[in-house]
Amino acid sequence: MSDWVEACAAGDIDEEDVMRFDHSGLTYAIYRSPDDEYFATDGLCTHEKVHLAEGLVMDDIIECPKHNGRFNYKTGDARGAPVCVNLKTYPVKVDAGKVLIQIG
Amino acid sequence: MTAITSSAASPRDYSLTGRDARLAVENGLAAAEWYHTEIPRKQMKELMQRSDQPAIRDTIIWLAAFVVSAAGGIWFWGSWWCVPFLFVYGTLYGSSTDSRWHECGHGTAFRTQWMNDVVYQLACFMIMRNPVTWRWSHTRHHTDTIIVGRDPEIAVMRPPDLLRVVLNFFGILDAWHAMTDMLRNAAGNISAAEKSFIPEQEQPKAIRVARVWLAIYIATIALALYLHSWLPLMLVGLPRLYGAWHHVMTGLLQHGGLAENVVDHRLNSRTVYMNPISRFIYWNMNYHVEHHMFPMVPYHALPKLHETIRHDLPAPTPSILAGYREMIPAFLRQLRNEDYFLKRALPPTAKPYREELHNDNPVSAAAE
Repeated sequence: MSDWVEACAAGDIDEEDVMRFDHSGLTYAIYRSPDDEYFATDGLCTHEKVHLAEGLVMDDIIECPKHNGRFNYKTGDARGAPVCVNLKTYPVKVDAGKVLIQIG
Repeated sequence: MTAITSSAASPRDYSLTGRDARLAVENGLAAAEWYHTEIPRKQMKELMQRSDQPAIRDTIIWLAAFVVSAAGGIWFWGSWWCVPFLFVYGTLYGSSTDSRWHECGHGTAFRTQWMNDVVYQLACFMIMRNPVTWRWSHTRHHTDTIIVGRDPEIAVMRPPDLLRVVLNFFGILDAWHAMTDMLRNAAGNISAAEKSFIPEQEQPKAIRVARVWLAIYIATIALALYLHSWLPLMLVGLPRLYGAWHHVMTGLLQHGGLAENVVDHRLNSRTVYMNPISRFIYWNMNYHVEHHMFPMVPYHALPKLHETIRHDLPAPTPSILAGYREMIPAFLRQLRNEDYFLKRALPPTAKPYREELHNDNPVSAAAE
């Protein structure tokens, strides 16, 4: 059973930026791409459990603030050392100005 | 600045697979949460912004300086006039590559990743650091900065081996170790220490690079023998020796004489004001506390970051000379007492050190 959970208002995230969202003891990262689409991944880097929401979004890349590991936040793909394990991604939709992510 | 004798256990075991490596994990010093100055997200985003332009400009100047100095060295080879040209060439080859390797390894110098990769590979070859091994060792250095048994890049271990330090101004031991590591890797051998920080799937890449480099050095030696001239080796390989002085001079200042086993870069790293030429060679890594606290900030934005957070940092060391004036006596003192280190004083505007996290409860302390 998977649930759609309200993460934030669409306007809470700047374009080409990321925001942390904690829910049920887990942490997620919500992204707004330069072309105004929303995405969600696990919130911690797969390398050393650093919060990605403190990192830098460039185009479709999120860069971890600790070791500059890069992921494609749209697909979760790890884009080279020091990250080797892909990020888990989650479906996202925007409904009535709210960003919802499907967890489960 | 306060001089501290800590109650840390000694002698230290800097091995990545030894006693202190295990203790660091048990004590929570490995992969710990480090102090960082609070910066509003909007401001941080501005500081982190990537741009190709500054690094392209600097790289054009850098490559042009290589070409002109190499041309002068070749043209005047056999006369004393080649010396100043080779001095410049050697410093570019054996020192400026340290910062290029470093910044491009972080992926922050250029916005365009392939540009970072090209300069990274070139600089790694010149500075004789396997690009795979050192990418991972540097990752560990940022995770566990100056944590004994965890950080593979502690330049001066305690008690300091000052002969080693002096020899490395001429690249002698570093180059020797680099060559033996290259031969070992080229033979397909990854050491236990390397295995401790390079993931298994990355290890074959380190071997491949070592084999390519070995082929380049063999070709250079063959050319030197064919020409009956040292010149090819003066341009490839030997500059790592005769041009190492600047990167050792600046590199020692990064952490030399400061605290070990703390989780606050203000205690174990040093920001030093430097002249513009050294800053060009060093790509602003003189702002070293800032770099460690926020490795996402590109080199060209470090002066701005410094101004943003300096209220929360120890006063910067005013010059390279001032850095050595505090560091050399600390090294000499550590010969007698390896627990001794320099504790940097914070300004009143800074958040205090979390003393309970830091193994620096003084047995004896004296103001300097």
